[in-house]
This record gives sequence, structure tokens and C-alpha cells, in this order.
Amino acid sequence: MSTLTSLARALAAGRGFAQPVCTVRHVHIHERPLVFVPLALAGEAVAPLAAMAGDDPESPRLLVVAEPRDRDQRFAFAAELASVILPYIERHTSAEETVAGGRGRDDRVRFAGAPQVLVPNPDGIAFTRLLGRSTRFRRTEGEYAVPPSVPLLGRWLTFLAECAEHPGSCLLLAATDALALHWATGQSPVEDRSLGTIAGWIDPPPGRTGAQAAADAEDPVRCPPAGPATDPGFDNEVLEPRIAAVRAARAAGDERAWRRARSALAGALASQLQPTWELMWRAVALLRRLPPGGHVAARWDRDKDAFTAHVAHIRDGGPPQPRRDTAVAAARRLTWLEWVQASYAAQRALDDPLVMAEYRMSGEAFAGQVVAAESARVDSSGRKRVLRPHITVKTEDAVTVEPGASVTSPARPKQKAHVVSVAPAGGSTLVTVELSGGMGRGLTPPPGSVPGIGETVCYAALSDAYRPPPPFPEPENTPWTHGGPPPQYVPTDEDASEAWS
Amino acid sequence: MSEGAATDTTARPASGETADPGRLADRAAGAVLADLGSGRHRGVVVDSPPGAGKSALVVRAATELADAGERVMVVAQTNEQVDDLTDRLAADRPALPLARLSAQDYVPSRRVARHHQVTVSAQAHDVAGYPVVLSTAAKWATVGGDRVWPWAIVDEAYQMRSDLLLRVAGLFGRALFVGDPGQLDPFSTVQTGRWLGLTWDPMQSAVAVLLRHNPDLPVHQLPVSWRLPEPAAAVVSEAFYPFTGFRAGSTPQQRRLELTTRAFGGSPFDEAVETAAASGWALYELPGRHTVRTDAEAVTACAALAARILQRGAVSYSGPAVDAAPVTAGRIAIGTAHRDQAKAVRAVLEAEGLGGVTADTANRLQGREFDVVIVLHPLSGRRDATAFHLEAGRLCVLTSRHRHACLVVARAGIPELLDAHPSTEPVHLNVPVKFPDGWAANQAVMARLQQWKVRAP
Repeated sequence: MSTLTSLARALAAGRGFAQPVCTVRHVHIHERPLVFVPLALAGEAVAPLAAMAGDDPESPRLLVVAEPRDRDQRFAFAAELASVILPYIERHTSAEETVAGGRGRDDRVRFAGAPQVLVPNPDGIAFTRLLGRSTRFRRTEGEYAVPPSVPLLGRWLTFLAECAEHPGSCLLLAATDALALHWATGQSPVEDRSLGTIAGWIDPPPGRTGAQAAADAEDPVRCPPAGPATDPGFDNEVLEPRIAAVRAARAAGDERAWRRARSALAGALASQLQPTWELMWRAVALLRRLPPGGHVAARWDRDKDAFTAHVAHIRDGGPPQPRRDTAVAAARRLTWLEWVQASYAAQRALDDPLVMAEYRMSGEAFAGQVVAAESARVDSSGRKRVLRPHITVKTEDAVTVEPGASVTSPARPKQKAHVVSVAPAGGSTLVTVELSGGMGRGLTPPPGSVPGIGETVCYAALSDAYRPPPPFPEPENTPWTHGGPPPQYVPTDEDASEAWS
Repeated sequence: MSEGAATDTTARPASGETADPGRLADRAAGAVLADLGSGRHRGVVVDSPPGAGKSALVVRAATELADAGERVMVVAQTNEQVDDLTDRLAADRPALPLARLSAQDYVPSRRVARHHQVTVSAQAHDVAGYPVVLSTAAKWATVGGDRVWPWAIVDEAYQMRSDLLLRVAGLFGRALFVGDPGQLDPFSTVQTGRWLGLTWDPMQSAVAVLLRHNPDLPVHQLPVSWRLPEPAAAVVSEAFYPFTGFRAGSTPQQRRLELTTRAFGGSPFDEAVETAAASGWALYELPGRHTVRTDAEAVTACAALAARILQRGAVSYSGPAVDAAPVTAGRIAIGTAHRDQAKAVRAVLEAEGLGGVTADTANRLQGREFDVVIVLHPLSGRRDATAFHLEAGRLCVLTSRHRHACLVVARAGIPELLDAHPSTEPVHLNVPVKFPDGWAANQAVMARLQQWKVRAP
């Protein structure tokens, strides 16, 4: 935890209300997101018990598994969930948009929108991933066949869960993560993973402080846990007798009693889900109140690209996502994740002065007034004379950036800059920065393209510039140090079984 | 050479064994080269404790292979390391043409530029014919085409991430991997459990992945540390190399640190410096307190100890053949866990006019050597012991950079903190257990340091 976040948390605890740690919203919020609140049976890895899902706050769809240990009912649940999620996803493939290629590349077409699924917490993402894993390899014919929508749902859930690993992707979001990104509460980061308490800190009901509202939300009767794990008291006192009643009615062959027991079970589960469902939409409303950051749209565009690519993969008859990454795929993915993470961190800082303040605290960024500027400085040491203005910034920040480092300014993110010298001057520091790019083609910079004397500027040793992925061997050339080439993937009946099943 | 003979040299020297360390080390290096030359293995791994002549082994292997008419690519992790190896190789074999493959913007350092036999180039096809080509792993990874070197020597292989080895491994047929398993593991900024348990986990070190896929490769140990003095070798070997162990190459009589002036009065700083000079270790213990990371008292104490060593005119003796050498500012380092701590120490040093003293993090000190090292203990003043602060490699790097003495600065209460925070890292299927465990290593070091404790007022 950084010093600033610690301070914000201490302030939140002292004042009794969550403190904003961002000035803008760093996540994209869909105009009609699909909220998915799953509940799982305690003691099983991924045994769905119930779920509330839908994109209309007024009419959630309630799915209930009367006998969660029954595999057939489990996949019937998956088929029912597919009938909610797949049409929602399908809806985003109706409109397309054209993206200009630029730099000699062809224009390309992608879908104009992408689905967004919201779950209450990181455990909800883990549940989504596991449900995807347990359904995407299911066979649609032969023994234990499932409806074709089940493996398709599994592939989409897997896609969403994999995207959720990419920092900055908003296709699948956990509400608690999104809230904790923007507000510091007076509770611990572990407690922040409880949707009821974090929402209480941020948006308490009238007359209550955030701390009081969070304490209220700790009562599982007033505010049931946001899942997938259920409250053990509910399990013992409510759930178990009702499941037993359904089972008994079924064994007795009593149709009416069975229907009555089922609806009692559904009612009990709905009472557990409804408060979380409402909290989810409150979280959406809270996030919508913040203005979006400058790079949010660009990151959502990347999500649209990923979505378009996956639709194409499925339409072209591509195989489901493999259970494990091969050596080459894992290395490629790690490189990509590292870049996405660095670029996401840079973009958030460039979009938001409060996030930038963290970097100024650690010395990776500095802000101050321009005290000297050679805006028309020309470098003629190379083959061509080029415009390379120098500006000197006087800053009170504790600068750790070293000469030679590349820096970026939030005000002029397209302009390249690197530090020429860092010199202490009394209590402050003078940093001279050389600028290149973003100043037209001539040898005189257009007005405004170079910061003038007296202007307050900020530079950070952060960059969200695209780094092309380095070369990797083809999978068939996997070297001996990494086990040699992997065997060709051939779909088999064993695909759906786990090493431990 | 039989397997039995190979394991013979790796055995821990029995206590009381008086075998000449030089002979022991020679025998181990000979066994490595014999395995290499036998042609029976695609790879040979050499585990080397701190200062055990790793670079010398790399130079020797490279020249032997070049003498046998083979082309060798040498892979190191940083430009600094490549330049060091280039310099050593060139000095060792002035007639051997060497090529230093580099990035476009690389400016040859003085120690590379002064050798006329070294060709510096950014293009692999310019240098493919040279008997020995040296470069960083990152640069090698960009060399495409069907060029294949029959031999590679990978230095600091435990600090290389396996995804980088994946990109480089297509370039060579056989390889010698040399590294120190006790030091800091490579890391990633990304935190994901996605690849846990996979044999090719890209976040693991190159050697870990190599050995999981090729468990039959011979693994040798270098048995003698030429850097660490005897008291240091005993502690570091027990805490961080509990199964293989190693011994010091020098005796306490050969390796001495003397103070040429006497203290006026007697401050705890003097007491700590004298303890370190006499025994090779000192624990300068500040009163127990929870502090911010840049604990001003601890930072000042680190700088004050460095100043005191210089003021007391410390002189080091490294053996009968070597003259006494004054310990200058450049021969002292202060090691920390975090960058902001190193920065705070540097600020104090500069204010005291001690800019020549190195202050840096464990990651940056890795691979370097000093006469005296002052360590700001990673757990000093902390309320919790996280995996980062407990990492065995971090403490191992910090406590194994010195030739003469190591002074540890810490708040009281670290053993209690350790007791309150047993390692709680989850256990995962198919993930080999890593020894030594950071918690145990920290306990072992603290237990040994107690006997050299000096309490600050």
C-alpha cells in the first residue's frame, strides 16, 4: 500500500466515510451491463446453487438448482444460464464499425460494441472461470450429452475470465474491485472484497456514517454475503431443510408437494440474492457518477477488438481454449500481460492527477513550473537538423528520475521527452527536459506545443506506448529446455475430465 | 568420467577436513569440464555459492571449448556482466578473437574498448564466425534465422526467467548453465497463479524449468567461496545452502580487517565496527519500534557506521601475497530491500560527504563485491513479514557481498516478528518446494547474529 493510499484509508477511518482516490473513472461502464450474481454450494469446487442474472435492474432472472449435487441439474443450470448470457453477447454482434489502419495497414472492421458482465467480487470471477472450465469441453452427443449452448457458454465464460486477468480490460468486472479502485475505505483490503461493506463506506443511507453502514452490512441476515459462498447460518437453518423437502417430495412422487417445496427453495434463494442484485446496480450508479478518464475509451476499443477476434474464432470453428497454456503460449501471454499492466498503470496516472500524485511521492514523476525554455533549440549534431527544445522545470518533488530517462507529460502525451539533467537548487530541484515530436515538421514549434515559462507541467517516467511483442519460437519449435514441441491437440472424450476427477 | 566421480566433488566437505581449498575447487571445475567435454549431456548445470569463481569457470569453459575448435555463445543477463566476462576473457587469452554482440545504442565500456581483439557489433551475421560471441540474453533473443551455435554458456542462469531461455534456446545445441541458486529469483510485475505447477511456468528461473524437463542433467556444485571470509561462509552456508554447503577459501589469519586508529571514548558505533573487524560480523540493534520503511534512525545508523569505518582507518589483509589495502569509500556498500530506503541512505551519505559509498537495493547489488557491507535488515521495524521481505535470496544477496565484514542494522524484535508470521504461502500441486525457506533462513541468520550483537542506546 502506498503512503497516499494509507493516508486516504486513515482519513476514511477517522471521518467515517470512504475517501476518493481518483478524480476520474478508470473503468468503462456499459450502458446496459449484464449483472451476474452466482451462488455456489458450500464444500464443492463449482456446484452452482442459484444465480440472478440480467441486464435490466427491474427484472432479474432467477435460476435455481434444486439438487446441486446432481450433475444433470448442474448442466441444466448451465443451459438456462446460457439462455440469458448468450443472447446478451449475441446482441453485440449486430453493429460494426471501421477502424482506420494507419501507417500502411489496412482498415479493419470490428463490432461497435462488446458485452460487459459484472459480478460482485473476485470470487465471482473465479467462479465464472471454473464454470467455464467445467462446461466448455462437454460433448453435445453420445453419453452425458448436453445442449450445444452449454459448451458455447463455457467458451464465453472462459473468454471473459481470461480477459479479466488483463489489467484494464472491462469485459468482466468485479464490482468490489471497481469500487476499491476509486475509493479508499476505513477497512482492510480483505474486507473491501465484501460488496455490502464497501458500498456502505462509499454510499451510506441517510443518517448513517459509512463506518456504521459497513457495520450494518456485516449482519448476514440484513445483508447476505454477495456470493458465491453463502452464509453458513443460512445453509444450516434455511437451505438444508428446503433442499431436503424437495428431495423428500420427489422421492414420494408427490407432484404438488414437490412444486411447493421447489418454490419455497427458490424464494429462500431469491431472498439471499435480491439484496446483492440491488447493491450491484447501486455500484454501477456510483461508478457512473464519475467522469470517465481519457484513456478509458481506448481500452474499451481494445476489449472490442478482443471480442471481435473471439467471435471470429468461434465462427471459424476454432477449438475451445486449451486447459493449459503451452510453453510458448505461456511466455507470450506473460509478455503481453506485462505490457498491458505497465500501459494501464501509465494511462491511469496520465488521466488522473490523484494517481499521478502517487508517482510524484515515489519520485518517478515530478511537477513544477517551467523556469527556462529554449523553445527554438535546434540539434544539428546528426545528419539532419532537428527541433529539440529544452525546458527547465523547478520542482519541490523528490526526483529519483535519472538523466537519460524517457518521460511523458499528461498535458502532451504524444510528445516524447527525456531528462537531460537533474540538479538540486536549494530545497528544490531543477530538471531539464529535451522534447521531440508533437511540434510539426518545421524548425519553429507552433504556439502551445512547447510549455512556456511560468506554465505548470508534470512529467512522469511512465509510458503507455505500444511495445511490439518480441519474437517467440513457433510452438512446433519449442526447444528441448522446455520439453520440446507439444503434441497436436486432438479433441477426445477425456477433455472434460480433470486430473483429480 | 563416471557419475560417481561427479557426485564425489559435490559432496559437502566433512567437518575437520583439511583438504586444500584450491585443490577442492580445481577438482570441482575439472569435473564440470569433463562432463562438458564428454558429449554425453545436452546440458550441464553448475550451482555456485557467492564468490566461488563462477566467472573464472565461465572463462575457462569458453576458452577450452574455443581451443577445441567449437564456436561458443556466451549469454549473460546484463550489459555489465557481459562486459565483465568480455574483459576477463580478453585478458586471459589476448590472441582469441572475441565478438561483443550489442544493442544499436551500446557504447563500449572502457574495459571492453581497450582490448583490440574484441569486435563490437549489433548484427549477428557480422560475428557468427567468431570463436566466442558474448551478449545479453535479451539481445540473443532477437537473433533470428537458422544460426545455431554448437555451444552456449549461460551465466547467472538462476536470475534468467524461463521465458527468456525459451526465446534463446533455439540458438544452441548444448549448454553450460552457471549460476547461484541462493540469490534472488527472477520476478515479474504480473501476479497470476495461472501457470502454477506447469513445468514450463514462464515466471520460474531458467534452471528450474530446464531441470524439470531434463531431470537427468548433471548438476555440479562449486565447493569453495573465495570471496566470503570464514565466519561469513559458515553462516551463509548454513542458512542459505543447507544441503550442499561450501567453505571459505581463506583462513581467518589470511583474511583480516584491522583498524589503524583507536576510538576516542567508546560509542556503540565503535563497538560495532570493532566487533565486525574482529569477527567478520556485527549486529547493530536499535531499540524495537514499528517504523516507516525509511526509518530515519536506521538509515542514519547505516551511514554513521560507514563513516566510522573510514574514520577508524580500516585496512584489509587478503593473504600473504597481497599487501594491506586501505578500505576506501568505494569498497563499502550499504544494502537495503527497497529503493526508497537506498535513496534515503544516499541522501544521508551525500550530506556527510560520503558520496563514494555505494547504497543500493539487493537486486542491484547482486553479483557485486565489496570489502565491507552494511545491511539494513529487510525486516527492521516492520509490523509484518511478507513474502517479499522474507525471501531467502534477498537476505542472501545482502549478507554475501563482502570480503571482510558485514554489519547488519536492525530494530530489535525480528525473531519475535518471525515467530508471529510463519510462512503461510499456499501449497500448490506440482510446484516443487523451494529450499531453503525464507522464514527458516531468516531465523538461522538472526540466531547466529545474536552473538555479535551491539545494542544502540
